[in-house]
Amino acid sequence: MAEYNLTTPLTDDDIVKLKAGDVVKLTGTIYTARDAAHKRLCDLLDKGEDLPFDLKGAVVYYVGPSPAPPGRPIGAAGPTTSYRMDSYAPRLHSLGLKASIGKGKRNDAVKQALIDHKAVYFGATGGAGALLSKCISAAKVIAFDELGPEAIRELTVESFPLLVINDAHGGELYAQPDRQAVGLE
Amino acid sequence: MRTVQASEIIEAVATMAVHSNRILPNDIRQRFDECAAKETSDAAKEIFRQLKENYELAEETGLPLCQDTGLAVLFVELGEDVKVEGMNIREAINEGVRKGYEEGYLRKSACDPLTRANTKDNTPAIIHFDIVPGDKIKISFMAKGGGSENMSRVTMLAPAQGWEGIKKFVLNRVAEAGPNPCPPTIVGIGIGGTFELAPILAKKALLRKLDDTNPDEKLAAMEDELLTEINKLGIGPMGLGGATTTLAVKIRMHPCHIASLPLAVNIQCHSARHEEVEI
Repeated sequence: MAEYNLTTPLTDDDIVKLKAGDVVKLTGTIYTARDAAHKRLCDLLDKGEDLPFDLKGAVVYYVGPSPAPPGRPIGAAGPTTSYRMDSYAPRLHSLGLKASIGKGKRNDAVKQALIDHKAVYFGATGGAGALLSKCISAAKVIAFDELGPEAIRELTVESFPLLVINDAHGGELYAQPDRQAVGLE
Repeated sequence: MRTVQASEIIEAVATMAVHSNRILPNDIRQRFDECAAKETSDAAKEIFRQLKENYELAEETGLPLCQDTGLAVLFVELGEDVKVEGMNIREAINEGVRKGYEEGYLRKSACDPLTRANTKDNTPAIIHFDIVPGDKIKISFMAKGGGSENMSRVTMLAPAQGWEGIKKFVLNRVAEAGPNPCPPTIVGIGIGGTFELAPILAKKALLRKLDDTNPDEKLAAMEDELLTEINKLGIGPMGLGGATTTLAVKIRMHPCHIASLPLAVNIQCHSARHEEVEI
């Protein structure tokens, strides 16, 4: 298990060295997008229109933050469950998206897309919204403001703590449930 | 007949919404410590360390513990000798939710199920009423997050499947959910009743303190057995492996039809935010 400090945008070189279980401290610009925003992004692609941010080397964070209280750039901002974005992720990876940040399992199509397009899936600690908020120094809505918590935001992050869950070589960090131990198999 | 002003209900609900989203209850903090001490892997220990730092920061900064400040679920025990004045009690509760979520900088997550348009004030709240003897109103508030709620299931078992069938369904559900519902979780189980009652029993079970003991000895033994079995799955905190997949199992039961064995599993993430007030 290695530890890396990476800066956005991410490159192929950044990605291929990462293995499931590695710790990454990410610095730079990342984009928030969750359920409704992903649908909108794919609708724009269907219509041949530009996306609100450049996907090349980009990192998307599956999060719907709570509102920013006075004096803070953002409210609590922990990851949401990722599988709901599985139907959109391979397409975005094929267009240059280098990483997503979320929590929970991905399907086989996403894991294959990570291999095919040199990308990774990062996990952040679910429910640690106050803690992760500390690493976000700026936030602004750049698209779909009407979606409220689901709008796309550009976040500036410093040493954002991540774990590599699925790497570009087919590796996965999540523990497989021991079904035999409880007589399920 | 005792009279309670609607404004009192509004304030009580708003206060619970804000407070419960910021302050993790002591029984859960204590269970974190007990479970962290049993973990041997660095990853599991690190997750517990982060969860502790998170609740300390939330308390210190006033930020919510989790960005998903939930749908507001309320269980109301309404005394039959009390009357609410100034507003219908349901509307007063919704007004309290609106006020708490707005003033507390809590995320509004309620939306139209088909258009997905946000209702912008986290209402309507999900409210369950019980009429009880007396002249008090007890309101339990729960901020129920979507990620763990999505991992919950209800099923109608055949009576012959019995306890073994119940155990198998619960274990399969927790195994299948894996890292998704933010383990370590709390598993609420509703056994019996009807198709719609079982999940309500499961959700009510989640209102109990983690360190209480089920007054029914048989159910208490079942809770212990299921907790041990679930933790043998080894999913661990955040699914990274370890001894703690679940912090506690809580069961509620109700008689059912001779043909039926309804079962519901309501999964709660580690950020189990709930409070109650008696007016």
